[in-house]
Amino acid sequence: MANSTQTDSSMTIKLILAWGFVGIPLVWGVLQTLANAMKLFH
Amino acid sequence: MTKLLGITQSTPNDWKLTELGWIFSLAIFFLGASSAVFGRWVEEGGPRKAMLTAALCWAGGFFLSAIGVYTHILWLIYIGYGFIGGCALGIGYISPVSTLIKWFPDRPGMATGMAIMGFGGGAFIAAPLSVWLMGKFSSATHVGVAETFIVLGCVYFFFMIVGAIIVRVPPPGWAPEGYVAPAASQKLITKNDVFVYDAVKTPQFWLIWWVLCLNVTAGIGVLGQASAMSQEMFPGHITPVAAAGFVGLMSLFNMGGRFCWATVSDYIGRRNTYFVFMVLGFVLYCTVPHAGSIGSVALFVGCFLIIISMYGGGFSTVPAYLKDMFGTRYVGAIHGLLLTAWSMAGIFGPVIVNYLRAYNITHGVPKAQAYNNTMYIMAGLLVIGFICNFLVKAVAERYHMKANDPRAHDQAVAGAKA
Repeated sequence: MANSTQTDSSMTIKLILAWGFVGIPLVWGVLQTLANAMKLFH
Repeated sequence: MTKLLGITQSTPNDWKLTELGWIFSLAIFFLGASSAVFGRWVEEGGPRKAMLTAALCWAGGFFLSAIGVYTHILWLIYIGYGFIGGCALGIGYISPVSTLIKWFPDRPGMATGMAIMGFGGGAFIAAPLSVWLMGKFSSATHVGVAETFIVLGCVYFFFMIVGAIIVRVPPPGWAPEGYVAPAASQKLITKNDVFVYDAVKTPQFWLIWWVLCLNVTAGIGVLGQASAMSQEMFPGHITPVAAAGFVGLMSLFNMGGRFCWATVSDYIGRRNTYFVFMVLGFVLYCTVPHAGSIGSVALFVGCFLIIISMYGGGFSTVPAYLKDMFGTRYVGAIHGLLLTAWSMAGIFGPVIVNYLRAYNITHGVPKAQAYNNTMYIMAGLLVIGFICNFLVKAVAERYHMKANDPRAHDQAVAGAKA
């Protein structure tokens, strides 16, 4: 039971790290592009 | 870009824009060529080896380009970014595709959508990061391009190496919990594998090649000219700043379309997805001149955003289409060969748009209407694409690999060595 909980939390951390590794730079880039795209509506 | 950095005048030693244009053309050419040449090696050697190679070539290409900029030797950039970087693009582009297809046997379209979306998403990070870095490194005497190349090379290398380290191929026959593969083969989804060099002997490969080539030709031509086109079709309404925003919005739809359309293809089928691209694309391309004539910027922008989403969707749905036709085993290698269609479209698309525009203007057509014929030609290309897609049928049984095929054994040995 304890082992299973440990595996679950380690999996969650890995998932957060993996998604963060990809997602954070991507979200930054998308926000930059969106800010640029808003000029179309000004 | 240079104006954005505050450079207003050129010097006699500056490279010409036409000379610089070759860097990108070479990179796209070698992307297609390397994915075709190294596709089988990527498939048999595994994604880690391929990603490591791509990381080394990509970063190496950037470093060589930095030397080229620093010493002002253009051919070093041709070799660095164009040749070495182009090969890295080709190897890096195809390496995650078959891996992700194997992890998601229940949703292959979504899987390829994620992989190809990642390739498009890189531009969102690289473009603002490059501008920011050049701003940091620029001084009164130089613009900081060489330093930017070095920093970008290091950043890319780090991210790509992490990807190469954590990538895993699932064991043969792996399936997500609760997923049961359909017992019987569906008409256009095979349960067999076709050897990579047998695939190119099938009419299906070449029909899909043309479907991709025509879809990309239609999209890539307008993508490169979107800024100029929007300003010329709506003079006074769309300013250069607004046009830049329009291009940014298009790149968002290009990336979103890669994931959304490929995911949709899991539900409606690959062939039907391409039918949607061709029919809807035809209607939208025919609507663009009308949007110009009535002066509707909203209709114009709406048409192009959907068109560009289908351009991205065409790239991301095709690996799943190939998987349906030729099986999972050699899908990466077959996809690599198919990317020569991209190289071809990269030449056709811009040439058609630029040549027709120049022809119309020299024959007295107002600038606002100079793109009308081009739109109708693009719509015509999609009709041909529709016919090619319509002709795609299941691959004949004689092309299927047998259980005792020695080529399958060779692959297993190579995979074990890797």
